[in-house]
Amino acid sequence: MVTVRYMDKLIKFEFDVDGTDFTSAGQASVNVKKHLRQLGLSPEVIRRVSIAMYEGEINMVIHAKGGKAEVNVYEDRVEIILRDTGPGIKDINLAMQEGYSTATDNVRSLGFGAGMGLPNMKRYTDNMEIESVLGEGTTIKMTVNLN
Amino acid sequence: MKVCELKEKFGFAELNIEDGQREINGVYCGDLLSWVMGRAKESNAWITIMSNVNVLAVASLSDVACVILSEGVLLDDEVLKTAQSKGINVLSSPYPTYETAVMLSKA
Repeated sequence: MVTVRYMDKLIKFEFDVDGTDFTSAGQASVNVKKHLRQLGLSPEVIRRVSIAMYEGEINMVIHAKGGKAEVNVYEDRVEIILRDTGPGIKDINLAMQEGYSTATDNVRSLGFGAGMGLPNMKRYTDNMEIESVLGEGTTIKMTVNLN
Repeated sequence: MKVCELKEKFGFAELNIEDGQREINGVYCGDLLSWVMGRAKESNAWITIMSNVNVLAVASLSDVACVILSEGVLLDDEVLKTAQSKGINVLSSPYPTYETAVMLSKA
């Protein structure tokens, strides 16, 4: 993880999300949660950021064999950017529907694959943008406002 | 009700107690982790039969007061170690999920 501080206005965290080990999924989110707590952000903001990020992390592990996560803390918002080079999302509108999932039975047996990942990410953030190209990957940018 | 009262009142086994004084403000039951992430509220007691390590990540991130494993489910040693290192309250109830929830609702 890399932490960069720019003139006290922005703090940036970067993580590699390991796509080979499903059991370690969530490490980046737990780390971010810890750092945001140290920054003194409100528990509700921390909860929203870490849940949205965890869902994104799980998606990257399930569908894209990992990727990169970046969290930027501004004075008025927290921005989460998740980038992967996985297969891409064929139909984003369909993927946004609660209950729609392409996860395998193995993933479901671990308690995931309920088709709640992307809907949860949207629910817990103030803004969410998805850019996905089939065969190239997906980038998701989410913002949680601090005020 | 506090987490530390669950053992005495209901006989639940304490698998890992980090903060027994944590107040429980409600109950959420569910085994689909993403569903739980989206619906469980902060400081709820979360009742589930799932016991893999991802349960601990969900418990930590959704900030529940404790995880109660129903049906007498226990944690593997590795998962227990993770619960200890993450400081997550985990108990085991010998009763099914429904009965466990009813017991808490009457407390």
